[in-house]
Amino acid sequence: MIYPVLEVRGLVNRFGAQVVHDGLDMDVREDEVFGIVGGSGTGKSVLLRSVLGLQRPQAGTIRLEGHDITQLSGDALRAVKARYGVTFQQGALYSALTVLQNVQLPMVEYMEELSASARDELAMLKIRLVGLPADAARKYPAELSGGMIKRAALARALALDPRLLFLDEPTSGLDPISAAEFDELMLYLQRQLRLTVVMITHDLDSIFRTCNRVGVIVDHRMETDTLDRIVDHPNPWIQAYFHGERANIRLKVAHGT
Amino acid sequence: MIPVMVLEVRTTEQGIALDLTGEWRALAYRQFDSALAAVNLAGARHVEIATARLAALDLTGAWRLREFVLQAQKMGAQVTFTGTPPDQMRLVDETLRPIEAGAVPAPHPVKTLRMELEELPVEAEVVTLTFIGRRAVTLWRDMSGALAFLGRVSVTAFGALPRPRRLRPISIARHVYDTGITAIPIVALIAFLISVIVAYMSAQQLRSFGAEIFVVDLVTIGVLRELGVLLTSIIVAGRSGSSFAAEIGSMKLNEEVDALQATGVDPFEALVLPRVLGLVIALPLLTIVADLVGLIGGAVLCASLLHMPLDQYVTRVSLAISPTTFWVGVIKAPVFAVLIGMAGTHRGMQVSGSSRELGRLTTVAVVQAIFLVILADAFFAVLFLEIGV
Repeated sequence: MIYPVLEVRGLVNRFGAQVVHDGLDMDVREDEVFGIVGGSGTGKSVLLRSVLGLQRPQAGTIRLEGHDITQLSGDALRAVKARYGVTFQQGALYSALTVLQNVQLPMVEYMEELSASARDELAMLKIRLVGLPADAARKYPAELSGGMIKRAALARALALDPRLLFLDEPTSGLDPISAAEFDELMLYLQRQLRLTVVMITHDLDSIFRTCNRVGVIVDHRMETDTLDRIVDHPNPWIQAYFHGERANIRLKVAHGT
Repeated sequence: MIPVMVLEVRTTEQGIALDLTGEWRALAYRQFDSALAAVNLAGARHVEIATARLAALDLTGAWRLREFVLQAQKMGAQVTFTGTPPDQMRLVDETLRPIEAGAVPAPHPVKTLRMELEELPVEAEVVTLTFIGRRAVTLWRDMSGALAFLGRVSVTAFGALPRPRRLRPISIARHVYDTGITAIPIVALIAFLISVIVAYMSAQQLRSFGAEIFVVDLVTIGVLRELGVLLTSIIVAGRSGSSFAAEIGSMKLNEEVDALQATGVDPFEALVLPRVLGLVIALPLLTIVADLVGLIGGAVLCASLLHMPLDQYVTRVSLAISPTTFWVGVIKAPVFAVLIGMAGTHRGMQVSGSSRELGRLTTVAVVQAIFLVILADAFFAVLFLEIGV
């Protein structure tokens, strides 16, 4: 049986009386770029934390390549965590380590047999791959610009060559040109490395440029469709999101009218 | 699961043929790394690599395979792929070729990434003289910086005096609570234990002279003049000095201090002054608590060890002290409070950049606060001796 890369069924997340997710379903297919969209406070980050196994949901199943991570713990969960890469909104680079050491950290954790020189070369390969100059390798995160932090975080996420990549607001805080560059980089790597990308974003440009399918969190559930069709979804929030003033220009561009 | 067998090696007429199988992924690095390392290349003129049966090849696998190909070529073998080389190889190649294009000629025909890494500038070797010089400059800057900080706080304080609302009484009250009230249990416990220790030690010594009654003098004068205020200050330096530095430091990292300034609020007035003033109020009060508990500790020990009735202890205490004994201790507390508060807030305001700085400066704040307290105590000891109190 072929599993979807990521399959979420009946996810329920609650904090006290506050319901975040109530029976949320989500499917991510192989080799696609899946965008997660939602208003502030609709639980995009909570969804991501649940899927990453950082937080246990009240109910529901989350299958990563067939493994239900809500049932796993200890070494089994650790093994699943080695199979995906993730970048966080602020980069979350370890500030006490250089960029090179940041990229090497997952390798040190999971590939003990790797020699120090092989580790250096592989880490440099990843750093070059995301378009960082070689001298960035020895810099500390505090010395990097916003765009470089995002790239370094991407290099770290790719350290173990995962097939599945989670990006939390990868273009937030970047100027439009850097954001577009990051989108292109992500698309290039996605095609070259045949990655499946799950991306949380607010950036409409980014969605129209990169996403194959989009999941919108509305009313504690997710409405999923291809980009072409989701824009015509009757839900008022989705209408407002894709047909607000900021969005219409892009729709026109995307449809060539 | 990952099959352990990842490589089949056959000997052909011209050399060897490799058939790659299974998953060549980063997490299985051990398997294909050792398999490739075990291939005997000696004497092979031709190496043929078949990748059609590979289930997966990621960048780590492709990189290792490329290393193998380079090694084979260096040993004089001709390397070919059955069919087209995998895309991943091409990607690694494209990423690495620009670096290797600028390669130095033989004996290093190929400039590896590691070589590139080693060419990056590393911090210059620090010789002793440079080291001493740098430390001296750092120390000088540190001291002038601290003086400037003291000046800035004083100016803010005097500027706020005419308008008491700008002293932020509510904020001060919060810091009196945080640094003072919540510290009472630990300060009381330590004062009690220290006076018990002093009384116990001195009782053992004085007993041989039959002068046990002087235990009371030792405990009373020791606690009131020195130990009460000193130990309280050291505890507070550890508790509040670190919390000041960490609190203000993380606000700096979070750009909260910038936000305050942008709103037109002076961070010295809003953050530094209330903390220092709060501590100036709290520390003398804590010292009085420590003095009281210390005397009680002495009484408890005298009663249990020397069988001295309480009224005799109280009489002896009143004989031992002069009118100034208590004040000599308590007067030091506000001075120590300023030193602790300044060290904590100053180091907190210096934090910038990374969480590593936060940890370092918090440590510096505590160490410096304790050092300054003890140094100031020594000055007071000499001063009080000279003026004869």
